[in-house]
Formats: sequence, C-alpha cells, structure tokens
Amino acid sequence: MKILGLIAVILTGGLLLSAVHDFPDWGDTTSPASSYRLSQYYITETIHVTAVPNMVTAVLADFRGYDTMFETVVIFTAGIAIIGVLRRYGPGPKLAAPKETITKEKPDLIITTTCRLLIPIIQIFALYVIAHGHHSPGGGFQGGVIFGASFILLALAKDLQTAQKWVPEKRVLKLAVIGIFIYAGFGLVAMLFGSNFLDYSVLHPIMPATDSIMARSHSMLGVEIGVAFTVTAIMFSIYSNLASHGDLKEGL
Amino acid sequence: MIWAFDLILLVFLVITAIISLRTKDLLSASMIFGVYSFLMCLLWAEMEAVDVAFTEAAVGAGVSAVFLIATVLRTSRRSSD
Repeated sequence: MKILGLIAVILTGGLLLSAVHDFPDWGDTTSPASSYRLSQYYITETIHVTAVPNMVTAVLADFRGYDTMFETVVIFTAGIAIIGVLRRYGPGPKLAAPKETITKEKPDLIITTTCRLLIPIIQIFALYVIAHGHHSPGGGFQGGVIFGASFILLALAKDLQTAQKWVPEKRVLKLAVIGIFIYAGFGLVAMLFGSNFLDYSVLHPIMPATDSIMARSHSMLGVEIGVAFTVTAIMFSIYSNLASHGDLKEGL
Repeated sequence: MIWAFDLILLVFLVITAIISLRTKDLLSASMIFGVYSFLMCLLWAEMEAVDVAFTEAAVGAGVSAVFLIATVLRTSRRSSD
C-alpha cells in the first residue's frame, strides 16, 4: 500500500513539475492573464470608477462582490458546522482526556501584564486594517482574523471565562449573522434603488456628500466591516470550542 | 525578486514542509507548520502580492497554528505512525 502511494505521489508530482514549464514568468506582461483586456480594465480604470487605490480590494469587494459575499457565508457555515460537531451541553461523556495534565496555576504576572498592554494595540491595528483595507493591503478577512486573535490571546493569557465576558457565545453567533446581513443588506438596498444586486454606485442618495463613484468606495468599506464581524466571531468561536472540548467552561 | 533571498526561502520552505510531515511529536509538527506558513507569507510578500501575504500571516501563521495546537493539546500528543 505504501508503494502504491509512493507511485501515485511521484506520478502526480512529475505531472505538476512538467506543467511548471507552461507557466508564464513572474511579472511577464505578455502572459494571457496580464494581456487580457479585463486585467487592463482593472488596472487602468479601478481608480476612476471606484476611487479605490487598492485594486485587489476593489476586485474583491466590488467587481466580484458576489464571490466575496459567499466566501463570508462559507466561513459562517464552517463555524456553525464546528459548533455543531464540538459543542456539548451539560456533563457529557469525557471524550479524550488530555494525556498530559495541564497545571492550573494563577496566570503569570508578566504574561497578563504584557497581554493587557498588547491586546488594545492589536485591536486598534485590526480596526485600522479593516478601515484602511481599500487604500492599503488589508481588509475584512485579515482585520477580522487579527481582531479574533486578540480575543484568543486574552483567552490564552488569562482563561476562557475572561474572554467569554467580552464575547459570550450568544453574542458571537449574533455578530456572525449580523456580518452577513450587513453584506447582503448593501446588495438588497442596491436592489431597492432599482439596480442589480451589490451594484453600489446607486447608493449615493443615502450616503451624505457622495457621488456615484465615492458611493462604491464607501460601500466597499461597509461590506468589509460586515466581513470582519463574521470572521472575528467565527474565529473566536472555533478557538473556544476547540480549546474547551465544546463545553466553553475551561480553556487550555 | 532577489534570487538569493528567493533561494533561501524556497529551501527552508521545503525543509520545514518535510520536517512537519516527518515529526512524531504533533505539537512541534504544528509549530513547524506555522513556520512554514510564515515562510510562505514572506514569499508572497517578496512576489509583491502583499494582500495575500497579509492573509497568509494572519490566517496561516497566526490563527490556524493556534487552532492546531489547541487540537493537539486536547487529543493525544504523539502520532502513532
């Protein structure tokens, strides 16, 4: 069986390596991906039609906004599935007790102090990544993960209960749903204004002091905030369920 | 692209990938997997795909390493094969 696996791996690896020759060189301007007129349109027109300098975010949140909306739904579904598999209520059967007993001591003073200083900075950086995602690298996914990681750090440094005070389970689920509602809401409001789903340019009447170009920029910020809500909530809920064996009482 | 930097990154990428597959201790395997993700992030940043590098740093090297370590600590620590 091992030899069969080795043969399969060598065959697949050989095929992949032989296909590497067909790839265009890095930064090749004559490659099909770079010379196709759609790429030209994104590169030259993004700043004019959306007023967003970071064209990665523009493609992600505007031109292909439908894609990103369901990416958020995928993360939400993954989180719900993990809660469905791991979460248990009441004193269930002890599944697999940790082999090495983790010593329960008072949290170390140095660690708690460092985290108390570090967590606000991490959270402000996460908010910056979300809010500045359409001007510099970043966006809802990255910012949401960093924001969720700050709560995970709190749970690791003190205990799960302390982190749960800020994000209890019910609030986590509400935040995750609200995030998707924010994203889909932008699309639905665009439909109410008589345009296509997620066509942000018609939203300028309800946004103060904007024209149809700035409306796309602001709506991108809005949907990134929605993505960040969902990602933050799901990241923390995955951690808390994994670390506490599903009862959300004692973390690592 | 600086070829020397590229070479170092790719060599270490292969080394960390093999080590994280071959290690019996799952805790160190998941830590080395975090190192692999971080090297991957450097590689993305070096190819000027900064958005992807950012995601790789936050998701790959940060949160998924934490998830793996949490799972390892809740199950058995050593791999049987």
